Amino acid sequence: MGGALDVSRRGVIGGGAAAVAAAGIGGDEAEGQTPEPAVLMPVSMTVNGRPVSLRIDPRTSLLDALREHLKLTGSKKGCDHGQCGACTVLVGGRRINSCLSLAVMHEGDEVTTIEGLGTPEKLHPMQAAFVKHDAYQCGYCTPGQICSAVGVLREIAAGVPSHVAGDLDDRPRVSVDEMRERMSGNICRCGAYSNIIDAMTEVSRA
Amino acid sequence: MKSFTYERAATPAEAAAAAARTPGSRFIAGGTNLLDLMKLQIETPAHLIDVNRVGLNRIEETREGGLRIGALVRNTDLASDKRVRRDYGVLSRALLSGASGQLRNKATTAGNLLQRTRCPYFYDTTKPCNKRRPGSGCAALGGFNRNLAIMGTSEQCIATHPSDMAVAMRALDATVETVRPDGSTRTFPIAEFHRLPGDTPHIDTNLAPGELITAVTLPKPVRGYQTYRKVRDRASYAFALISVAAVIPKRGAGRLAFGGLAHKPWRVEAAERRMGDAREVAATVLAGARTTPQNAFKVPLVERTLAQVFGEAKA
Amino acid sequence: MRFDQPAGTNPIDRMKVVGQPIDRIDGPLKVCGVAPYAYERHDVVPNQAYGFILGSAIAKGRIRSFDLADAKSAPGVIAIVTHENAGKLGKPKAITANLMGGPEVEHFDQAIAIVVAETFEQARAAAKLIRVDYARAQGQFDLRAAIPSAKPVSDSSGEGSASPGRIEIGDFDAAFARAPVKVDVEYTTPDESHAMMEPQATIAAWDGDELTLWTSNQMINWAVRDVSQALLIPREKVRVISPYVGGGFGSKLWIRSDVVMAALGARAAKRPVKVALTRQQVFNNTTHRPATVQRLRIAANKDGRIVAIGHESTSGDLPGGGPETATSQTRLLYAGANRMVEMKLAVLDLPEANAMRAPGEAPGMMALEAAVDELAEELGMDPVEFRVLNDTQVDPEHPERRFSERNLIGCLRQGAERFGWAKRNPKPGQVRDGRWLVGMGVAAAFRNNLTMRSGARVAVDGRGIVTISTDMTDIGTGSYTVIAQTAAEMMGVPVSQVVVRLGDSTFPVSSGSGGQWGGNSATAGVYAACAKLRDQVAAKLGFNATDVEFADGQVRSGGRSVPLTDVGEMSAEDTLTYGDLGKKQQQSTFGAHFVEAGVDALTGEIRVRRMLAVCAAGRILNPKTARSQVIGAMTMGVGATLMEEAVVDTRFGCFINHDLAEYHVPVHADIPHQEVIFLDEADPQSSPMKAKGVGELGLCGVGAAVANAVYNACGVRVREYPITVEKIIAGLPRVA
Repeated sequence: MGGALDVSRRGVIGGGAAAVAAAGIGGDEAEGQTPEPAVLMPVSMTVNGRPVSLRIDPRTSLLDALREHLKLTGSKKGCDHGQCGACTVLVGGRRINSCLSLAVMHEGDEVTTIEGLGTPEKLHPMQAAFVKHDAYQCGYCTPGQICSAVGVLREIAAGVPSHVAGDLDDRPRVSVDEMRERMSGNICRCGAYSNIIDAMTEVSRA
Repeated sequence: MKSFTYERAATPAEAAAAAARTPGSRFIAGGTNLLDLMKLQIETPAHLIDVNRVGLNRIEETREGGLRIGALVRNTDLASDKRVRRDYGVLSRALLSGASGQLRNKATTAGNLLQRTRCPYFYDTTKPCNKRRPGSGCAALGGFNRNLAIMGTSEQCIATHPSDMAVAMRALDATVETVRPDGSTRTFPIAEFHRLPGDTPHIDTNLAPGELITAVTLPKPVRGYQTYRKVRDRASYAFALISVAAVIPKRGAGRLAFGGLAHKPWRVEAAERRMGDAREVAATVLAGARTTPQNAFKVPLVERTLAQVFGEAKA
Repeated sequence: MRFDQPAGTNPIDRMKVVGQPIDRIDGPLKVCGVAPYAYERHDVVPNQAYGFILGSAIAKGRIRSFDLADAKSAPGVIAIVTHENAGKLGKPKAITANLMGGPEVEHFDQAIAIVVAETFEQARAAAKLIRVDYARAQGQFDLRAAIPSAKPVSDSSGEGSASPGRIEIGDFDAAFARAPVKVDVEYTTPDESHAMMEPQATIAAWDGDELTLWTSNQMINWAVRDVSQALLIPREKVRVISPYVGGGFGSKLWIRSDVVMAALGARAAKRPVKVALTRQQVFNNTTHRPATVQRLRIAANKDGRIVAIGHESTSGDLPGGGPETATSQTRLLYAGANRMVEMKLAVLDLPEANAMRAPGEAPGMMALEAAVDELAEELGMDPVEFRVLNDTQVDPEHPERRFSERNLIGCLRQGAERFGWAKRNPKPGQVRDGRWLVGMGVAAAFRNNLTMRSGARVAVDGRGIVTISTDMTDIGTGSYTVIAQTAAEMMGVPVSQVVVRLGDSTFPVSSGSGGQWGGNSATAGVYAACAKLRDQVAAKLGFNATDVEFADGQVRSGGRSVPLTDVGEMSAEDTLTYGDLGKKQQQSTFGAHFVEAGVDALTGEIRVRRMLAVCAAGRILNPKTARSQVIGAMTMGVGATLMEEAVVDTRFGCFINHDLAEYHVPVHADIPHQEVIFLDEADPQSSPMKAKGVGELGLCGVGAAVANAVYNACGVRVREYPITVEKIIAGLPRVA
């Protein structure tokens, strides 16, 4: 790349860094080699109670396997980096970010997505509570919030402690502080948090 | 994400052997940071060795009265373990203050130690970064460095290490056990696990290529009030501005390790003789601090946070 | 239907369905994950390929050349489009930066290429193989440095706030100089990202020269227009479909690069192409709310009456862009004989600045309402009483113009009562709860009401189903539901018998969603269509249209009653247009925010403990969805006040914290239970619905209420948003 860049970049960096390399814009260069085609790999798992088998590019995230290959688009991609929680699904009953997991790592796993919790005709209690408490607005984070909420109540019941625990030896109990802390990996930009906690509170008491 | 080949290892030895056999390979466990980085091509392994099925997922009591934590124990399970909650509260609390419930369910003990920095320039492949691309320069030095390191930095790099768990383990004097590709094993004191940037900021730890973490061992519990105080910009799901892992006995020296200050958990044993005196401890811990206008606040923040921790310990 | 006289009594006034807190009709689809968003339409067109957008690595300059060889030969790659092979493109008038860059680069991460491949993984990897030779040019990225070159500009956000470059009423300087009590303070607000949960996404499919776009967009008709202008194709050849939008907040008012690049990619690949922006791209490829530097000068007599109020604001944008209209509300909120506002715009080479929820008022109120708190303290007055004293029922610049409805005082009074304001200690730093210093803050909420022409079609099918079709969008606001309620009320059927079809450019053109005009305007359009159909039904039945009543599935008139199903299939379409009622009287919405905040006495961490909003904003069409709008806005306000900042790296000319780990928005743990009260109001000047908007009102002022609570808690006044730990501890006493 050209010299003019060099100069401008030195000018840009000047006063800060002592060591600045000589070429390019300072970032990573495009790699100058054509990659080999990915070798597709088989993977089998159970999704919402149904066995599925895929031959898949190992790069495929569990989220993209669900959304693009199995066409289960309820799990959402909000950031693809584990920073928003919209992709939350339950694997073996535990909530995870499906965007930060490769599909091929889930051989033999049992995956539950929002579609596996309930249907519009037969809502899961958490889904019904979200409707009742208007615990969503645009709806895009909602499947992740609901999967997470189901996971959270299970975690509390199983005695998993949280950051807001008073005494770590005590069994955690459902409280608004506990739920808020545990749900904090699910961002809702529409700001339905207050209503989501109301919905979870109702389900926790049922 | 560059394409890669993938295999599942069944035992730690098999994983180590696979690493020896395949150049450019990486182990993947939880994947919560490695995949994040691979999507941005900050990490570009040619081969992934999935170690999720090699065992190493138990927490066992040691003959010395401590705990041996398998490398693949998930953060949630480690934080929930009864013995950890009872005897190593600082570790449980550190884990629970990190990331989110979803990430903790997946992230492993070894993977947590191997997290890479969250420096925004490391994460932006259009920018210079000596950690990502040696010799390209450190864009953070004259840039947005509000949450970057003030201790142990170099002209090459001011990244912090983001782990909370490691900070607590440092306070507890944990050791890290590994197996190398040739099958031999060794242990590191956690103090010697992470590296300061120096002239080689691209090397995060003292692990050799292909070396697999098998366990982290905690010595027998130390007496005292244990806490992990993490100061952050939002109430949850944020990296530390600074954090303090503390074990504070009623009398005498305690243990203090700090997060958010350096590219390793920061601990200055000499400071631990002055437990209770926040100003003295902070001054000793932060001796030689190199701050920028944006991150200089960490200096008073350490003292103020210590004052709080000491106050709570007393109460 | 033309609305040029205040609304009289009409069927909506029955409020049997409208005004009821019914559950969202689209709720079951959303909670089950089956409401289809743009990128998810596997069902609409076969053989979709995947596109991945490459953004510019430099902020300003030129692309000398591309080397596409490696990318082209990468596995699965079908096509690559850059400016070199895109064909001639236009720039939509509503958009500042080109949606596809090259050879000129206007901002960092501007789209410069799209790679189309068989799979997402292949497209993403191949995009990384494109080598670009850039010639970087110097740019201006530093607002502070650009202020001396900023020029006064008159502008409207297009979203209800507007301000002239400079306007002065009376003699501001003299009055300010003379006044006994005054504040002269500078506040700054940072750049912010919309950070809606669904990044922009589009599926583009060509059928000959006809283009269909499944996308995520707030304003369908604008999208059609802008696609036509960008691709230089006739509007008639463009169809836009967007029934579900995963949040917008202004980021989806206009099309973005995903639309244009998907269309170009699909043309090159000769296949439908789907594209989603990455979260990182949302920060620098799309628009943002620009930073402001604001100066507030407010002066009062000792009795507390404002005698001079001046507000200046400077923001930046690309050449040809517009300012953040942060001074707008200051023209209308308080009385005072001597007034001045000035709004300046600097040229910056950052990504395009544009509307984000409550553009203008959101950052403007963060400054104004904090400065008002400062003045009240100077006066030794309670900040609620100060605001009550300085209320005005007329437009202060044009005293002959009254506000159509203005119950700011009611909001303040009722809020104070409900919140326990009387318990507030006016002296800061006095209330302690464990490690927390606790304080209360108040601010007024203010946002203008805009009405937009809006059309709809209504059909009855002879089986009791009423179907509404309109290109209106539901961005989480509850459009589906309030439209169904309106149709149910008008046609006398239950909501369960109303089908609402939205977000398709083949439907009648609506107001779209923006500027908090959508709820009132779109339902008013539905009202007009239903009114027309009612007339047609009455005529068909031989009823007198003036006394006809639609209720309980029956059409009644003069003692006769006929089931609506008896009329068979009928439909009507109409558009509600507006006369000049909005000019004759000032239509605005009002509220009061009350916040209790805790500040950690040692670490300076801030936690919001209680929040209450009281709103007076016309008829509330659905208290449940309206409340959600308000609490959502309050949440966004907490973010803006305490954590959100898109940090500019002035060397590289970009927002450097471009992901959701580094750009913080509030999480569950940051938000307490939130309370909202709607005062009873119906504004006959606004529309036949007598409603106004609340979606942005909830954001206007809440930030200042948080800031004022923080000040009351700890005595540290931070004028540089966001209020973060380092700014607080700098003002706290040292550790003893």
